[in-house]
Amino acid sequence: MSLWHFVAQNRLELLQLILEHIWLVGVSMFFAVLLGIPLGILVTRWPVLNRPILGGANIIQTIPSLALFGFLLPAPWFGERADRMAIFALTLYALLPLIRNTYAGINGVDHAIVEAARGMGLTDRQLLIQVQLPLALGVIIAGVRVATVISIGLATIAAAIGAGGLGEYIFRGLAMVSNQVILAGAIPAALLALLVDFTLGWLEKRLTR
Amino acid sequence: MDSVATDVAIQFRNVAYELSGGRELLHDVNLEIYRGETLVLLGRSGSGKTTTLKLVNRLLSPTSGDVLVNGRSVRDWNVIRLRRMIGYVIQDIGLFPHYTVERNIGLVPRIENWPAHKVHQRVLELLALVGLDSGLASRYPRELSGGQRQRVGVARALGADPPFLLMDEPFGALDPITRAELQKELAALQARLKKTVVFVTHDLHEALLLATRIVLLEEGRIVAIQSPQEFLSSKDPLTSAYVAAFGAGDCWKPERGAS
Repeated sequence: MSLWHFVAQNRLELLQLILEHIWLVGVSMFFAVLLGIPLGILVTRWPVLNRPILGGANIIQTIPSLALFGFLLPAPWFGERADRMAIFALTLYALLPLIRNTYAGINGVDHAIVEAARGMGLTDRQLLIQVQLPLALGVIIAGVRVATVISIGLATIAAAIGAGGLGEYIFRGLAMVSNQVILAGAIPAALLALLVDFTLGWLEKRLTR
Repeated sequence: MDSVATDVAIQFRNVAYELSGGRELLHDVNLEIYRGETLVLLGRSGSGKTTTLKLVNRLLSPTSGDVLVNGRSVRDWNVIRLRRMIGYVIQDIGLFPHYTVERNIGLVPRIENWPAHKVHQRVLELLALVGLDSGLASRYPRELSGGQRQRVGVARALGADPPFLLMDEPFGALDPITRAELQKELAALQARLKKTVVFVTHDLHEALLLATRIVLLEEGRIVAIQSPQEFLSSKDPLTSAYVAAFGAGDCWKPERGAS
């Protein structure tokens, strides 16, 4: 049975897995952005927090993903549903690039510009919203881009705990020793990652010119 | 207007500024800056000129002593209110690259909640004041020449018509011809606007052209406070060394009818 054959026969299931995959990545990125960017800003305001926050995100990054999914199984609310666990884990993994790029982007704004803005009497909030965030936007989006691409790859592993997504085919293919089935999961995941990478890269360029 | 001449606008009282490591950048600075004058802080690199300037708009706070603006300690001012009545121009200009010229110049009026049409009007007024074509309003800073950018920097500092202006080597990065042009224009502008200007430079020619009084700083101390004429004829060794270094004694001719 060829890859095309398999895909044609299972196109509805494939579509559903792609949508599940996008759902897992989309929701986790939503939470990661919601959490990561404010944390990144926080770190620029209070450098004391640099070590705990960036260090913490760094440590999370070093936990093997399969192990993290495993750790979450006995967790009270998360353990009940596989997609909750997957989303939680993916969110944690996406935090580091987001926090780090937000921090680097804001700190990378030309010192003279920040000094001028302060000297003109901008409040901290005005400085952040009118000057620092817009000028850091390119770097922040680059962080979102890296985090999303990593998440798309990582989300395939979520299938190991039954959270669905394109990992289903990859694990099924492994069990069946069928390259076609593996590829039917891996190729769409790779294409998805490329698409996101291209789109966010384009956005990054547009917004920073 | 004569009584205004002795009205103290900014006062330094025994001001010292020390870095956290203990290195003293300013030592016992006492200085009165009169309303409407252009006070030039002159000195070599590291003499404390910029530090002195930043103490006025509280980008730095004195480690001892006090700086008074309009008779009130900068510590007691709401720092945002204080800064909004003090225009600030720096050498690197610090124009916001993501804003057009119009938004850059109109920033302070806008955050002061002026109505949009008044901000727009003010921007056009200021562009004319600094000798820029109103067609530049929609350009971005990167599309301007160095001289144009610095003019925008001055216009932005004047945005909400602040009574004070702090200028930190604003023309330092310009070519000599553009610099001379802008110096003359600033002198003319100041003759009209009568802001209280504190101007930092290491260029004696610039100081002589612009200053009502020159403050010579050396290693964080005030060495001399003199009018340009007094400065040129001074017998003080540091002052005359500065004059000699620039060969200014011969070439400077008073251009303004200073009395």
